[in-house]
Amino acid sequence: MSWTRKILRVDLSKGTCTAEDLNMEWAKEYLGQRGLASKYLVEEVDPKCDALGPDNKLIIATGPLTGTMASTGARYSVICKSPLTGAIAASNSGGFLGAEMKFAGWDMIIFEGKSEKPVYLLMQDDKVELRSADGIWGKSAWETDDILHATHQDPQMRIACIGRTAEAGCLYAAVINDRHRAAGRSGVGTVMASKNLKAIAIRGTGGIGNLENAGKFFEAVDAGKQVLADGAVTGQGLPAYGTQVLMNVINSVGALPAHNMRDVGFAGAENISAEAMAEPRASDGKPNLTTNAGCFGCTIACGRISTVDKTHFTVKDKPQYHGAAGGLEYEAAWALGADTGVDDLDALTYVNFLCNEDGFDPISFGSTLAAAMEMFEDGDITTKDTGGIELKFGSVEAFVAATELLISGEGFGKDLGLGSKRLCEKYKRPELSMTVKGQEFPAYDPRGIQGIGLNYATSNRGACHLRGYTVASEILGIPVKTEPGDAEGKPELVKAFQDATAVVDSAGLCIFTTFAWGMDNIAPQIDAACEGDWSVEGCLEVGERIWNMERIFNQAAGFTADDDKLPKRMMEEAIKSGPTEGQVSRMGEMLPKYYEIRGWNPKGEVTADTRKRLSL
Amino acid sequence: MQKSLNIDPGKCTGCLQCEMACSYEHTGTFNPSRSYIKVFTFHHEGRFAPYTCTQCDEAWCQRACPVDAISVDMATGAKVISDDKCVGCKVCTIACPFGTVNYSQATGKVVKCDLCGGDPECVKACPTDAITYVDSDWTGYDKMMASASKSLPSAEATT
Repeated sequence: MSWTRKILRVDLSKGTCTAEDLNMEWAKEYLGQRGLASKYLVEEVDPKCDALGPDNKLIIATGPLTGTMASTGARYSVICKSPLTGAIAASNSGGFLGAEMKFAGWDMIIFEGKSEKPVYLLMQDDKVELRSADGIWGKSAWETDDILHATHQDPQMRIACIGRTAEAGCLYAAVINDRHRAAGRSGVGTVMASKNLKAIAIRGTGGIGNLENAGKFFEAVDAGKQVLADGAVTGQGLPAYGTQVLMNVINSVGALPAHNMRDVGFAGAENISAEAMAEPRASDGKPNLTTNAGCFGCTIACGRISTVDKTHFTVKDKPQYHGAAGGLEYEAAWALGADTGVDDLDALTYVNFLCNEDGFDPISFGSTLAAAMEMFEDGDITTKDTGGIELKFGSVEAFVAATELLISGEGFGKDLGLGSKRLCEKYKRPELSMTVKGQEFPAYDPRGIQGIGLNYATSNRGACHLRGYTVASEILGIPVKTEPGDAEGKPELVKAFQDATAVVDSAGLCIFTTFAWGMDNIAPQIDAACEGDWSVEGCLEVGERIWNMERIFNQAAGFTADDDKLPKRMMEEAIKSGPTEGQVSRMGEMLPKYYEIRGWNPKGEVTADTRKRLSL
Repeated sequence: MQKSLNIDPGKCTGCLQCEMACSYEHTGTFNPSRSYIKVFTFHHEGRFAPYTCTQCDEAWCQRACPVDAISVDMATGAKVISDDKCVGCKVCTIACPFGTVNYSQATGKVVKCDLCGGDPECVKACPTDAITYVDSDWTGYDKMMASASKSLPSAEATT
């Protein structure tokens, strides 16, 4: 039983902290982290509530393998109803905070209500209290991290917090932990801000020692680590190049969207790729990439630690950005770069620093900015709206100015904080928003890779690659190669990836392990750590149950099959050139079949039979 | 043959597998706060440094201990704390120039690396070989070889 079996309920309205036993019946049905916290959310929160009102709850949740020696056992998730989409949100992060929470003796923290004044939660093992956030409210995530470490004189303390964009109401603000890791998507940081909760500071000294079967656990964990070390992607590609290994690959297969997805293929891709990050630069002979880094317990270590060229215009007069910090991941490099047409690696890295420092999602920000740029070029947005910024695709000056404006929360920065959907509606061009359920697309064109399009359309948190990363199969051939242009077989592929991902998330592991691990590597680790029967089949049923539970929450929130749609551009505007020229999304061939194999009716509703089969 | 822990910070990714392995061996829990090896993260430099006891031959901690609680494990050369004798006075933590002997509030004794009796768990857990356990005479071997390779005349010059 690698759960601590204890959760903390924090009533921010009353200012109370109460310990509760973990509901072990639910733990056996929903495992932990994303699945188990979503169960609590579904039971306790009205799906129709105002996401930024006191009735929404914010849950910080670990999995049973979080904080153990299982490789990548770092992960925690932030679960709430999303203000960006109105759907259920579960944003996953690595770093060190999740493990520290387990060491302090807690599986989960449920924040409810709203504090009258800004506060932060201080958790030192059993000792838990709310403290005034005077002195950190209004500060960036990095400043908050520095101040709390200094205040508590504890360099080992792990901190999660929001930055200034969340406080300013940006709808895609993130929760940042350990300075460079983020529960990035769906505006979970905005919900945290709405509760007047600035930070969570954790120190745990109790450790985890309650493995169900320690001998079997180490056997399964050691075998798993060996598989990761031997895997081409997990053992070599990711540590050396990070997820940025994908930039040139996805561009070469005709699936790298550019310019708000008006185009596919980006001429500047090489300049912002992993290969470019490793090239020594002229000014100081150092490459952009300083080193790779691991989250807690991770034997892959895909994390990027980078520097910006000190002579670059963005940081030349800002010595606070001359040190190393979290560097570009593929999704960020795409959204900030290819989608806005900017191929200046230093500018992208600087803005990536700002995403971490002030806590906002680079995917949603880049995509929103790209939509704004398209509307600017079409004349829907003018310099009057932007406060003088010439918001043209490819303009590095406009890109940097717009980011700094977003953080200020003023003028056009407020518009950019709305996200792509609301921005395009405001300027009367809703068709230019590259979103599903109000959440911006990641870095793969659904016309070039059919399965990922179906996954975007059906993802329970809006467009997202991390809910069912079929790109692994369709492009990289993992675990088996499928043709990216084919629609046939994709509903089954998407369902399999979505269900398996729900298990990986809920265990507290990182989805990147699945570039080498199958469920037959994962289930034995869960089974040895946890009481109960965690066979491959049992795990996958839990995954399917989680997926359907999230869907039911969204249905009750008002979502219908009409929300499982890609933008018109993906359906009607064929790719203009390159290896995928002429392709559009073949959603019509995939979606009905997907509903059918999910056990949903043709309207996409979870049927009574399916609920019964999955004990929902 | 005496062996020593050989640490190459350049290879460390900061994952803390070593801290988990160490704490599990010594306390039965995954618990970095009770690990005898610590990985330090230097954010602004983008560097990580695992650090632990070097097992000095003439150990300051051993000399400073007023109750002879620190002895030499003759099989490994490790300086080992006897919990039965240690009174938690912490004088050894002051004497050690490297800060690698520390007091533990959990036990009321001091704690330090004991080389796990000659089969260090941190070494087995490290995924990048940043921590290895090598012949004590040759802890500088890799660095020496890398340096030697730079002293070779270039291929062009030899043809």
